Amino acid sequence: MPELASRFGPYGGRYVPETVISALDELGEAYLRFRDDADFVAELDGLLSSFVGRPTPLYRAERLGARYGIDELYLKREDLCHTGAHKINNALGQVLLARRMGKERIIAETGAGQHGVATATAAALFGMRCCVYMGRTDMHRQRLNVIRMKMLGAEVRPVDAGTGTLKHATSEAIRDWVTNVGDTHYVIGSAVGPAPYPEIVAELQTVIGRETRAQILDIAERLPATVVACVGGGSNAIGMFRGFLGDDEVALVGAEAAGEGIATGHHGASLGHGRPGVLHGSLSYLLQDDDGQIAEAHSISAGLDYPGVGPEHSYLRDTGRVRYEAVTDTEALEAFIALSRCEGIIPALESSHALALLAREGTDLGGAGPVVVCLSGRGDKDVEQAGAALGIDV
Amino acid sequence: MSDGPLRLRAAFPAGRPALIPYVMGGYPSVAESRDFAHILAPYADILELGIPFSDPLADGSTIQAAGQRALEAGTRPSDVFDIAASLRDGPPVVVMTYVTLVLAAGPDAFFSRAADAGVAGAIIPDLPLDEGGAIRESARRFGVAIVPLAAPTTSQTRLEAIGRQTDAFCYLVSVAGVTGGEVAVDDQLRAFVARARRAIDSPLAVGFGIRTPEHARAIGAFADGVVIASHLIRLIDEAGGHDAALAALDRYGAELASALAGVVRAA
Repeated sequence: MPELASRFGPYGGRYVPETVISALDELGEAYLRFRDDADFVAELDGLLSSFVGRPTPLYRAERLGARYGIDELYLKREDLCHTGAHKINNALGQVLLARRMGKERIIAETGAGQHGVATATAAALFGMRCCVYMGRTDMHRQRLNVIRMKMLGAEVRPVDAGTGTLKHATSEAIRDWVTNVGDTHYVIGSAVGPAPYPEIVAELQTVIGRETRAQILDIAERLPATVVACVGGGSNAIGMFRGFLGDDEVALVGAEAAGEGIATGHHGASLGHGRPGVLHGSLSYLLQDDDGQIAEAHSISAGLDYPGVGPEHSYLRDTGRVRYEAVTDTEALEAFIALSRCEGIIPALESSHALALLAREGTDLGGAGPVVVCLSGRGDKDVEQAGAALGIDV
Repeated sequence: MSDGPLRLRAAFPAGRPALIPYVMGGYPSVAESRDFAHILAPYADILELGIPFSDPLADGSTIQAAGQRALEAGTRPSDVFDIAASLRDGPPVVVMTYVTLVLAAGPDAFFSRAADAGVAGAIIPDLPLDEGGAIRESARRFGVAIVPLAAPTTSQTRLEAIGRQTDAFCYLVSVAGVTGGEVAVDDQLRAFVARARRAIDSPLAVGFGIRTPEHARAIGAFADGVVIASHLIRLIDEAGGHDAALAALDRYGAELASALAGVVRAA
């Protein structure tokens, strides 16, 4: 029987309470069984097409490219997915799987709210009970998504622990799963967590990279010189990068959160400035103190406000296959407004971190050919916060 | 070098179930938690000492909050090892912590400090049996037992593997869940302990959700030990002052010990 990857180099594993080990085994077995099951694949592909709106376009952003001196700049429009971000690719696949596994209840954690909305949407589609854990701070800064989740029939449970952000919401979701593991499936929202989650999420998101590779070969008739994506937990990035990992000539760049600046200590740059440790069930780079206590991350973007990262990114960092750069809140806001004004597309603050590397590196990114940026989500959820930060007066 | 596995096995009395109370190191301060450990020590067969961690996945709200408070008070693992060292003349100490703290120190540094403090064992709830070969190897070298956990959801095959890894005792989680709930002493729990008994040839302690002397007595009738944790923290919280907390723990320790003294063990 084939096995799902549980380690990426030394990273990954399943450092979780014994109570959920049997559920992880069950999940891995079910995923392997259904991944190649014709009915399952047909149902998922059908929904990705008719419900999500895939394939998403690869859009040539000429004005933005000209602004940064990049001749051929393309945006992979995951922001056009139903619910507004790539998160639905994973949520839908996992909820379909949970249904086939006979689970009745769905839980999820969410930071920016996009994964919560995607999971609530998939649960509504199949009439399943859904509970989403969200940090109190994130509920304030992503209020619109809280309202959406409730409209979709999900229960949103506020998490008050610590700074009330994604780390705490994830811990609380795992505790719920440990307690209700019999009837509940935990739809983890990024390529993080104990094995087999990072591999399952990566495979479900690989549709991004697969489509992008075919589209760029069709449109530009060559591979891109550089592919850029933002990295919080890293699911849009790993989904995009997996389309190109085998193409040595394609440079892969991940943008993580530098928050208020690395020197201030208020950031989310676990790959650039963390050390390996265990958080939420897997070994990966983490922001931590000398004793191993996990630090609080900081980012203007709730989706990147996480002190850990998916284990495959840790491996890709160590091997050097992917270069990871840290982008500040300020740079992300500049990119946010630049895309809005140049192209009429309001990006998510998360995706704005990837866009910000265009301004920073400009021609260096595109000198050898086309540049592709994964526009992982749209910015509707961010307009209040970004508007305030940018001083937009109504 | 500690002789943890031997001391822990010997700590399970022949005639009655062992009492294993828990103290969160550093809650509400290092000095106060040291006093709590010392007041409970005379009643304890084994003392469990928590090393606070920022993200304790296996713990419910009571232990989470206590750990958070301990960290805010500046508690470090070395402070908890100091408390353990102060208990050398008492019952054997097992520390309860999470794997990333062991990795951050480096397993050898962590277990050598533990052994120097006389720590007999470590409970690491996020280190299931298939992980952490190097950690187990290091603990063994320093004579610190790794106390594995098993849950009602653990398969018989895994229980057997856990049995082969157990060098002191095994910690059975009473329910699928986190610490701090309320245990149901029912046929399911009895069946789980019986299932573990068939697979694990070591003493079996049951924990998670044990609150009352009645719980302890009832579970003690079919298990080799009972762990009481969150409820002791609640007693401290409700007491509203250090002296009152000490008195409450003293009283409750005595009640638990006398409840367990009268337990007739099923063969």
